[in-house]
Amino acid sequence: MRTLARSLTLALLAAAAVAQELPHAFVGARVLPVSGPPLEDGVIVVQFGRVRAVGVRAAVEVPASAKVVDVKGKVLMPGLVDTHSHVGGGWGADSSAPIQPDVRMLDAINCRDAGLQRAQAGGITTINVMSGSGHLMSGQTIYLKNRDARTIEEQCYRFPDGTPMGGMKMANGTNSQQDPPFPGTRGKSAALVRERFLAAQEYKRKLDAAAGDPTKLPARDLGHEAMLEILAGQRIVHHHTHRHDDIVTVLRLSKEFGFRVVLHHVSEAWKVADEIAAANAACSLIVLDTPGGKLEAMDFDARSAAELERLGRPDLVGFHTDDWITDSRLFLRSAALAVRAGVSRETALAGLTLNAAKMLDLQERVGSLEPGKDADFLVLSGDPLSTYTRVEQTWVEGSKVFDLANEADRLWAEGGWGAGLARAGALCCVGEAVK
Amino acid sequence: MNAKLIGAITLALLSQPTLAQDLVVRGERVHTVSGAVIDNGIVVVKAGKIVAVGNERQVQPPGGVRTLSAKVVTPGLIDAHSVIGLAGYLNQPQDQDQHDPTGPIQPELRAIDAYNARERLVEWVRGFGVTTLHTGHGPQALVSGQTMVVKTRGETIDEAVLVPRAMIAATLGAASRTKSPGTAGKQISMLREALIGAQEYQRKLRAAGDDAAARPERDLRKEALVDVLERKTPLLVTAHRHQDIVSALRLASEFGFQLVLDGASEAYVVIDELRLAKVPVIVHPPMARFVEELENASRSTYRKLADANIAFTLQSGYESYVPKTRVILYEAGVAAAYGLGAERALRSITLDAAKILGLDARLGSLEVGKDGDLALYDGDPFEYASHCIGTVIEGVPVFEGSR
Repeated sequence: MRTLARSLTLALLAAAAVAQELPHAFVGARVLPVSGPPLEDGVIVVQFGRVRAVGVRAAVEVPASAKVVDVKGKVLMPGLVDTHSHVGGGWGADSSAPIQPDVRMLDAINCRDAGLQRAQAGGITTINVMSGSGHLMSGQTIYLKNRDARTIEEQCYRFPDGTPMGGMKMANGTNSQQDPPFPGTRGKSAALVRERFLAAQEYKRKLDAAAGDPTKLPARDLGHEAMLEILAGQRIVHHHTHRHDDIVTVLRLSKEFGFRVVLHHVSEAWKVADEIAAANAACSLIVLDTPGGKLEAMDFDARSAAELERLGRPDLVGFHTDDWITDSRLFLRSAALAVRAGVSRETALAGLTLNAAKMLDLQERVGSLEPGKDADFLVLSGDPLSTYTRVEQTWVEGSKVFDLANEADRLWAEGGWGAGLARAGALCCVGEAVK
Repeated sequence: MNAKLIGAITLALLSQPTLAQDLVVRGERVHTVSGAVIDNGIVVVKAGKIVAVGNERQVQPPGGVRTLSAKVVTPGLIDAHSVIGLAGYLNQPQDQDQHDPTGPIQPELRAIDAYNARERLVEWVRGFGVTTLHTGHGPQALVSGQTMVVKTRGETIDEAVLVPRAMIAATLGAASRTKSPGTAGKQISMLREALIGAQEYQRKLRAAGDDAAARPERDLRKEALVDVLERKTPLLVTAHRHQDIVSALRLASEFGFQLVLDGASEAYVVIDELRLAKVPVIVHPPMARFVEELENASRSTYRKLADANIAFTLQSGYESYVPKTRVILYEAGVAAAYGLGAERALRSITLDAAKILGLDARLGSLEVGKDGDLALYDGDPFEYASHCIGTVIEGVPVFEGSR
């Protein structure tokens, strides 16, 4: 929709507003709500950016005022939730120190980056954008709603008080080991992290002791403030970790300081699945075509998802693109390859949606097609786990943000001349209204 | 196919002793690639070569020979450009032999001196049905060295090698830019100088004829380039930007060598030039990262080249990080989904690849007389949820399992 004449943009904005008020009914598709079994000949009614009703045709009353969209022969599913991505060209911490909790991705991301458009083409509607793994703690991640935004402010998920939502990126293993002041060993890595958490706890004690008395308050410390959000459970740690021993170290530190953690990549989760299940630690899994490429991915195996499922913990399974390690446009493929390695279809699809939403505390808003949730959904040409299936449309809060039939959108989906350039256009867009 | 003749051959074979390289492979669907798909097909391999292909009425399989069965059988897959075996999966300095950074032009570096037949990446792709690899020095220097063709078997290079020197690998653009060559103009200038030096060496060799005393001193570098000039060895030129592609065509036209274009992410804007030059293209993997020189790459390139009747195939390519190699089966699946279609995608990583490597007399399809190289799958090979359940090289199962 980015090729639409700019002069029409204002009109479109008005049309979008109307579209949100007018209920829309998508009828006739195979609907995969994720929160329940597949619905043949299903109907989804959408209004005000939310899902109003979902069910088989006979069970859903389509409002008389609704615009009906025939999607017979297609498959509808919730928008995908990518729990770990580097789209947007943002860098977090700057290698001046190994632990930098004060640095925010919010201040670094380019919301018009082509990577976000490619993610729309891949059906990704929610993204946890984070900095890299070259630090023990490289900064605050940001949870984005992947709508076409003019500024990052329009794109981020927010707490009820308006604060942008995000987690904290941490890493152990080889990537965060460098010359001093960085750690040179695994033992030193853990020691530095423990010292930092202890310091945050001490900061909290001073804050508590001051009891609001400004004369007794310690000096503001942006890093400690972010650490306190971790300790309070409102900022989840997203922890890069590959090797079995590194995974267990994360679980040990999480237990010691009581922080909530999602394990990321977890190449060797299959070796310590029992420990992960016992610790109730969610796994955002990378799925690679080939093991190796770095020492800590030597024993990568796509069967980790199946192992967690076998232990009765399919709820711990999620996936991510790690874009550019894997391609946002092919995120469905990550789940499909986990099915190849033995996990069930149901767990694979939940790992792209509802389980992933839980890893970001967003399960009340996204991750399944249920009344009251955000109208983030995909129109697929066929089964989501088939090689031959294409994402035909991506909808965010009832607005279409990607349409394969649109030539400009196709460029994001397939590549071609100019596909690497950032999205242009000062007024664009809130998403294309249904016409 | 003459069913009677096949029957006669099969009966004749029955009277011979069974060898380790004898095998019967049955498939509910057998993709011969050169001909129609055969339902309930049978392929008979004798002494490593295919001696019969047909359905149950046409082919009487010999008794006492091991039989493998699968839902789907295809020719062994051919990865038309890889670096694995020289590049290893640890990705540490000691297992990265695809690029020596000490000089920009080193055509004398032989791939056979650097190949690790026991490399885990070779074992890995073998498990997806890949039986043949065109591998060697990587796209990281102006001329990085030689390539070769191997079968994905054996514990030594000698057991694996099929063509010891297949091509000489050259690279234009950012990937081979160093302090010098530091520009596109310098890259071509240095290549021209090297080829002119080889022409001079060639003239001296010819002038000396049989007179050993008159011959110039042996020069491994020039010898390799003389073979390029004499069209004994193609020059594989990796180029992504359209201007670099056109430079490669200009160079080939000046020196008359056999050009194979590689990467070519902007090939779709110079289709007419490629068609006119009759240059085959080994296109980048469709899942390559579309960044930097590949920022204009497109997954519709395969369809466009097919429509223009330009010979092309896919490749796994070179990867510097994770994943350390791509898998040609997966890449072809994505190309299929983005407009190429499954049938053409399969042909592209079998028969079309064999043709570009000049090996289609031996490889690339299930036809009598060709090598008994096969891949077995439990469903559509390109479907994510299918598995490769067997790989056969010259009648010998080299992978059995489920990957």
